[in-house]
Amino acid sequence: MLLTNHFAELSAVISPSIMQGYIILMVLLVMGGTILDMIHKKSAKYFFENAKKAQKSATRSVGGGEKVAIATAVLVNEVLTSGEFSNPRRRLSHLLTMWGTIIFIVTTVIMIFAYPTTATPTPAIVPQLWHIGALMLAVGGYWFWFAIRVDVSAEGLSWFRFERADLFILSLLATSTFALIWSYMGGGVNVYFVLFILSSTVLFGGVYFSKFAHMFFKPAAAFQKRVTVADGSREGLPPDYDLTDPEVQRKFPDIPTYMGKNPPNMGLCIKAERAKHY
Amino acid sequence: MPTFVYMTRCDGCGECVDICPSDIMHIDKTLRRAYNIEPSMCWECYSCVKACPHHAIDVRGYADFAPLGHSVRVIRDEEKGTIAWRIKFRNGKKDMELLAPITTKPWGSATPDLAKVPAPSKEMRDSQLLFNEPKYIRMDDGGLHTLKSNGLEIKEGVQY
Repeated sequence: MLLTNHFAELSAVISPSIMQGYIILMVLLVMGGTILDMIHKKSAKYFFENAKKAQKSATRSVGGGEKVAIATAVLVNEVLTSGEFSNPRRRLSHLLTMWGTIIFIVTTVIMIFAYPTTATPTPAIVPQLWHIGALMLAVGGYWFWFAIRVDVSAEGLSWFRFERADLFILSLLATSTFALIWSYMGGGVNVYFVLFILSSTVLFGGVYFSKFAHMFFKPAAAFQKRVTVADGSREGLPPDYDLTDPEVQRKFPDIPTYMGKNPPNMGLCIKAERAKHY
Repeated sequence: MPTFVYMTRCDGCGECVDICPSDIMHIDKTLRRAYNIEPSMCWECYSCVKACPHHAIDVRGYADFAPLGHSVRVIRDEEKGTIAWRIKFRNGKKDMELLAPITTKPWGSATPDLAKVPAPSKEMRDSQLLFNEPKYIRMDDGGLHTLKSNGLEIKEGVQY
């Protein structure tokens, strides 16, 4: 099961060109949905207006080299390793889901376009990665759905309460689950294949209604956030004071008066222990 | 001054929902982002401000605090033990900063370990004094502590 390219076997029933056409259609749906989402939410307009506003209150200008370093840091921390999550459980779940989705989609495209029929044997690693990707997606996704999702973990609501905001994660989970069941049942055209195609169509076709598009604008937002720190505008936040700096102590005399000239690290306080209400 | 959430900065982690003592920070059902459901019930404790890992929660200043259209941004830094404020007026010119201590001892270091304290004797139970009095009101080391006895004085005027 793990070594079989089920799409190549399927080519006996469904023409490879139809499968390739479906993939291209899904890419177009994602592009269209993302553009519609941007137009509807005016996110790009807001983003550039916000960046211009931040530039006005900048205390220094950020050079091209520094911007490249910031972009690299965003790529390594935010994009590749989901560093924006402060909660390690959320980060791990997001990493599993994100990398699972990428591996799953990329290997699907490789199998359908590079090895469309059984005449061109598929290297064993590709279907193996396809299964691993689907499994990673299912593990990270179900963990998120049942335990980490804010409605369940913080709001204390039941896991089977659905909202429109759940369209993305639920269609992702359905796609990976039905893909794995379809593979386990030996491929071919059966009810699980129909459900697999149906859920993936909802996933890629529902971009306008779901939060699929976040993967395109989140890196841009993370980049802008780092730029505001580098240029000193800090999104209007107070500076990061060094309490031992004599200038800071002169400006704010309460600090040396009540905390001494070299205040100790006061510890984690509320961050020492996670809230557990439910 | 109650808190509010910048939805573009919030990532819906739920830390503010967990910490809010007034139970007014909740998650929007459509957008999965936090919001203050009832600002008039906000205690202004700023626990959510401190708990938010993305500085997505801010303070809405009253009109008698700063003219409308201002920005009040705050960082409660528990490791430094300080609260830092930045108040910008809408003209962009008036930009004030304030830094004040919120603790003078490491968190938890002044909490008595009551499990190790011996049980009170009959004499202590019958006494008018409460637990650890007069030690805790510091009457045993030279009377009540005052600004004067600590070499401090109140400065006149508004301090920025």
